[in-house]
Amino acid sequence: MASLNEPIRTPLTLDVSALPSVAFGHRNTTWLANVFYMAIEGMMFALMFATYFYLRTRSTEWPPGHLPPALRYGAANAAIFLVSIIPAWLVRKRAPEGDRRAVRNGLLFLALFALAATLLRAFEFTTLNCRWTDDAYSSTVWVLIGIHSGHLLTELIETIVLLLISFTPKMEGTRLADAAINSDYWYFVVITGLMVDVLIYGTTRFL
Amino acid sequence: MAVAESIVANDQDTGQSELALRLARTWRQPGGFWGWFCNTHHTDIGIRFMVTAFIFFLLGGMLAAMIRLQLIRPENSLMGPDLYNQVFTMHGSTMIFLFAVPLMFQGFGVYVVPLMCGARNIAFPRLNAFCYYLYVGGALVLWGGFLTNTGPDVGWFAYVPLSGPSYSPGHRADIWSQMITFTEVSALGVAICIATTILRYRAPGMTLNRMPILLWEKLVISMAVIFAMPAVMIASGLLLLDRLVGTHFFNPAEGGDVLLYQHLFWFFGHPEVYIIFLPGAAIISTLVECFSRRRIFGYTPIVVSVVATGFLGFSVWVHHMFATGLPQLSESFFTAASLMIVIPTGTQFFCWVATIWYGRLQLRLPMLWCFGFFFVFLIGGLSGVMLASVPVDLQVHDTYFVVAHFHYVLIGGALFPMFAGIYFWFPKMAGRMPSETLGKWHFWLFFIGFNITFFTLHFLGLRGMTRRIYTYSPDMHWQGLNVLASSGVVFMTAGLLVFLANVFHSMRVGAIAGNNPWGDAGLEWSMSSPPPPYNFLHVPTVSGRDPLWEDPPDQAIVVGLRDDIRETLVTHSLDAEPQHKDEDPGPSIWPFLTALSVSAAFVGSIFTAWAVPIGAVPVIATLIGWLWPRGESPTPLPTGESWLR
Repeated sequence: MASLNEPIRTPLTLDVSALPSVAFGHRNTTWLANVFYMAIEGMMFALMFATYFYLRTRSTEWPPGHLPPALRYGAANAAIFLVSIIPAWLVRKRAPEGDRRAVRNGLLFLALFALAATLLRAFEFTTLNCRWTDDAYSSTVWVLIGIHSGHLLTELIETIVLLLISFTPKMEGTRLADAAINSDYWYFVVITGLMVDVLIYGTTRFL
Repeated sequence: MAVAESIVANDQDTGQSELALRLARTWRQPGGFWGWFCNTHHTDIGIRFMVTAFIFFLLGGMLAAMIRLQLIRPENSLMGPDLYNQVFTMHGSTMIFLFAVPLMFQGFGVYVVPLMCGARNIAFPRLNAFCYYLYVGGALVLWGGFLTNTGPDVGWFAYVPLSGPSYSPGHRADIWSQMITFTEVSALGVAICIATTILRYRAPGMTLNRMPILLWEKLVISMAVIFAMPAVMIASGLLLLDRLVGTHFFNPAEGGDVLLYQHLFWFFGHPEVYIIFLPGAAIISTLVECFSRRRIFGYTPIVVSVVATGFLGFSVWVHHMFATGLPQLSESFFTAASLMIVIPTGTQFFCWVATIWYGRLQLRLPMLWCFGFFFVFLIGGLSGVMLASVPVDLQVHDTYFVVAHFHYVLIGGALFPMFAGIYFWFPKMAGRMPSETLGKWHFWLFFIGFNITFFTLHFLGLRGMTRRIYTYSPDMHWQGLNVLASSGVVFMTAGLLVFLANVFHSMRVGAIAGNNPWGDAGLEWSMSSPPPPYNFLHVPTVSGRDPLWEDPPDQAIVVGLRDDIRETLVTHSLDAEPQHKDEDPGPSIWPFLTALSVSAAFVGSIFTAWAVPIGAVPVIATLIGWLWPRGESPTPLPTGESWLR
């Protein structure tokens, strides 16, 4: 504790005026928030996966009285997810360079892929070979794919909004950082989508 | 940028008041009716969280008083079983979801954390404001349901099959489920704000090992919230789907399983205990250090204990399910894990005692509540060790022994520290000192009343009185102890009335507090009370764990942040080196409008699944309104040279 007898001294200063006002990647605060958000959503997926396997232990037959979901649209969607990583990666790479044109193009392709994946997802629901009201297995399949569809839609809307912003002068430093973070979130959507695919198309056939 | 390299002598000691004026203008929050809904400053939102949660504490307490009144004699006809079921469900749900977490974690955290970090506002202040409105929405849904005879009546945990579609027709259980969604989304959002603030907004020099213990605890709690609360959202969400659209997650006839619900619920439920207790422990660590007039004893063991508690909290949930017929091996594992919690908690206890032992104790009012905490929480902890043992647990399962245990833990671990914290930070919030005399009356009335009520419940439990029964037969010979337990409520109520009188009296005529009335070491005591809208005239730097005690008079201050926009400093997560500048987004009506639209979708989904797609439209519209960039950018085009990539 400072002694009362000490002479009063003028404080020193730490000048931060030269620090940048835009940060990309892990230094960006929104990036960190996005990581936390993905942790929350990832936890939800993990718990739904656990639910799936827990319910599986309660049934002698799996899927119980159903054909496994048809592969057609699910496989097509998985392919789209994998290809869509390219524009997401492009946005993430070019945004810190301030390349607004490349970011705009990347967002355009990403939005198109997200739109295609969303439309295919609508068809995917028709080939699950079950309805959510049939039994616990069917409920789990529908909710798993439903939760993921919610993420897909969120990402589609977010990408479209960023794309619209990219046509305005507002697509400056902070928004470019947002576009890069949007790509991180797209990776999350892709990874969780593929995991859901493995679960509902793979484990029903091979496990 | 290294702190040492960038520090130069400051020979400009003038212009402080002009700077204060400019900062006040820049950081000003709008006034008036609409301005109230646009406010995004953490001190205002933090106080709102606390006041709102305290109102619900009083309402939850009134329900508890109704329960004690009903049980005061056998075959009492004051309440029928239907109302009684609603009352005890509302009491538990209100205290856990509308009071304990919103006040102890959200309220205190939102108010104190940025001040302790040396930040001018919380990270993501609009998200923070949104979370407050969402919390209020959830509270109104729950209490709106209760006041229209649609209050949940299935216990605060809403076990299936009781809460399922077969046994709970109507919308009572749906209201409970959606209240969970409201409050948990709110807590999750605040957890993101608090964790980001702690990791990125700390004053330069406040490395991880110089962080106040309170910040460590808030960080651990935020992580616990992030990983635990999704479980209850999944549990309540699946329950809602079973009820609303006919899924079969918890329907054994169609391959579902009722115990799945319990696993999901308690995977959240037990970490929730620590989400409620650790904020209390954080307050105790802060106060014990301040009033012992010495550095906390065992900083590192306490931090390790807190982190360990956060992890262990996720490995004990099954001890809530010992009576469900699980395999013995898993019962043994979870008994051992539950007993292990004693180690980090005991470590903290010993460190607090050692701090007091080696310090120069000042038994001021907040410290009195700390001693209340030691006594009450210790008893709760000891009965907890008893309950961790499967044979004991099976004997007293669902009896008042368990009720006594968790009230000792929760009231001891949360309520006593809460009052300690309120009295401690009241001068900072209100600018005036609380009355010590009234505060001591409050303490003794509450402490005596609490022990009369809840110590007695141990014996009622051991005599076989089960929970959640609306009345009992005279043949059970439980009346005497019930009368004794109920009489404690009179003391507690009197204590709370004295507290309210103290708050209102002190806000008007209490002694002026000044910056640091308790002589504490934290940065939150370095500015005027209450804090100005910009918190710190100069963003501080620190060179020790106890800045106001240790830092030299010429400790560096941060300069170079613009005062014409709300510029904030972002530092490195580990060593708190300055990294870049950020801009606080400022006040906005959009968080409130978004909370309104989200609330409408949530409430609608109680009645029909179509509310989700239809309700999503205004939610998306308000979110776009919220996030669409406006105004001048601090980063002019074309740029790029100085970006941190």
